[in-house]
Amino acid sequence: MGSLIECEDVWKIYRVGDVEVQALRGLSLTIAQGEFVAIMGSSGSGKSTLMNILGCLDQPTKGRYRLNGIEVDNLKPDRLAGIRNQQIGFVFQSFNLIPRTSALENAQLPLFYRGLSLKEQRAQAEAALRRVGLQGREQHYPTQLSGGQQQRVAIARALVTSPSLLLADEPTGNLDTQSSREIMKILETLNRDEGITIILVTHEMDVAASAAREIVIKDGQVLSDRVTKAKPTSSTVGV
Amino acid sequence: MSAFVWLTILTALRILARNRLRAGLTMLGIVIGVGSVIAMVSIGEGAKRAVQAQIATMGTNVIVIFPGVTSASGVRGSQGSAMTLTVSDALDLKKRIPLLADTAWAKRDVMQIVYGNRNWNGTINGVSPSYLTIRDWAFTSGGPFTQTDLDSAARVALIGQTVVENLFEPGEEPVGAVIRIKNVPFRVIGVLVPKGQSAQGADQDDVVFIPFSTAERKVFGTSFIGSVGAMFGSTDQVEDLPMAAEQIREVLRARHRLQAEQNDDFTIRTQVDIGKVQEGASETLTMMLFAVASVSLLVGGIGIMNILLVSVTERTREIGVRMAVGAKRRHILMQFLIEAITLSLVGGVLGIILGISGTKLTTLIAGWPTIISGNVIGVAFLFSLVVGLFFGLYPANKASRLNPIEALRYE
Ligand SMILES: Nc1ncnc2c1ncn2[C@@H]1O[C@H](COP(=O)(O)OP(=O)(O)OP(=O)(O)O)[C@@H](O)[C@H]1O
Ligand SMILES: [Mg+2]
Repeated sequence: MGSLIECEDVWKIYRVGDVEVQALRGLSLTIAQGEFVAIMGSSGSGKSTLMNILGCLDQPTKGRYRLNGIEVDNLKPDRLAGIRNQQIGFVFQSFNLIPRTSALENAQLPLFYRGLSLKEQRAQAEAALRRVGLQGREQHYPTQLSGGQQQRVAIARALVTSPSLLLADEPTGNLDTQSSREIMKILETLNRDEGITIILVTHEMDVAASAAREIVIKDGQVLSDRVTKAKPTSSTVGV
Repeated sequence: MSAFVWLTILTALRILARNRLRAGLTMLGIVIGVGSVIAMVSIGEGAKRAVQAQIATMGTNVIVIFPGVTSASGVRGSQGSAMTLTVSDALDLKKRIPLLADTAWAKRDVMQIVYGNRNWNGTINGVSPSYLTIRDWAFTSGGPFTQTDLDSAARVALIGQTVVENLFEPGEEPVGAVIRIKNVPFRVIGVLVPKGQSAQGADQDDVVFIPFSTAERKVFGTSFIGSVGAMFGSTDQVEDLPMAAEQIREVLRARHRLQAEQNDDFTIRTQVDIGKVQEGASETLTMMLFAVASVSLLVGGIGIMNILLVSVTERTREIGVRMAVGAKRRHILMQFLIEAITLSLVGGVLGIILGISGTKLTTLIAGWPTIISGNVIGVAFLFSLVVGLFFGLYPANKASRLNPIEALRYE
């Protein structure tokens, strides 16, 4: 089995007026299926820029990015949308739920664009909400949920499509310690039990501790890349 | 796809319900535009139908010939002001023009009619017997006079409903009674079925018909013997009317020895011509109406576009989220288009309801005849759909072209 993510000499250059900002400078990275990676680095180092490219929301200015064996660095917007829908789940720092729309409908959203029947959408979204412990809150609006609960709805929305990759850019950045711990427990479970590859950006050491690999970015390049936990060999146990 | 469309419509309706006041104000232009079109078309159709019914009271496939020149609208001076048409003209027309099924002639004057101690100023018409058949005029009691009555200048009369009402007691039988016109006694032998107003607005039932010869010799005075106030012809087929009219013109010009440079000394109008004059008036009204409707629909459409642009800006982040989870350009485009169409269709339906109630109210209060056709409702519905589609296109396209990252980051 090949790697899930292969980045090769990826550059991202923004132009603001006459000023050129090099957010990523020839970054190369390989991540295998089933890994749990924490990305760290100081503010402005290019973490979010990298995440956007990995999530097919944005494309590199230069360089190659292969996801699941597909060259995605020069695909059309609609193809990228299809890939996001099929393979990628996002969790944002600011939750980004659709306002005045129930938890269930928020969790349904990706399936909506898959053209599933309403019944299937409902059933799968309910199951996803159950997995993040939100059974009984299906009809709540975002304003009727705590921050932690909102982030769990966002995770349900991300995993409802059974993605191969889950990207979380500072998912606990707006949460208290207790809620952060709950969110991280959910992510750990998803990675361990379902083999979903998780890439997480964080500034907090204890959050990063959940991951098995830690990549530090500086000035748009990989500064360090190390395994922090022994990888449990997938074939060994039926945990 | 159908689940997608259905859910998008539901979402659109929910958004409308949430911003009811804003949506209501946005739809107002459409509501008023559609409502006024339906009301005005219905009133116009009703008026047109009423005019058509009046024109039908003239008879079937009728041609009218007046002496003298008449203005295009058919308004004319008092009949008989020119004495250019004669009974022999009428007889000759029938002989020479096979297209004419029948011809008739008439002469009229307003005179006092006396019955017992009552009197009434009514229009006395001296007519040929064929006049009543050309005008399809039936009887409520009694019957017509005959050629024999014409030949013998019999003192017999046929009277219309208005005259009956003014001379006789309710329930009294006029047939057999003797009335006096200019002191000459006439026996009533028939009462005519009411025809109501003519296309020119005259009361057609305020009439007394007597044989033409009797009128000439015993009532109207002996000057201009043989001249007629108007001639009438009829054809079997409505398509023959223009041809018959042209042939009448040729025959009359020849009989009157008119040179090529001389104008006609008579005027010919077919039933179709008279109908066209009336229709022309209602067409002008229709044009004005469509101008009003277009302006309101335009204003309504711009309102929809404006509100949608606001909505796209307000919901930029939402659009970003939808794109992040896999919405393609066409999904976002469809979402906002469906919202626009929902807005305009709800406006259209409200407009249709308003238009129908307005129309019913007009009939109820002003007593005008109205006809609400399914066509106009269908067209109004279609128009609101097109307005929504057209004015929704720009905002929807704008939304669908947003960059997902910028949209997600939008504050
Ligand atoms: N749309 C943009 N236009 C111009 N410059 C940008 C844009 N987005 C990011 N940048 C620049 O790229 C660099 C990297 O930004 P990025 O958001 O990836 O940092 P980050 O590592 O996520 O920081 P933080 O930890 O604060 O979130 C910064 O210098 C930023 O100013
Ligand atoms: Mg960032």
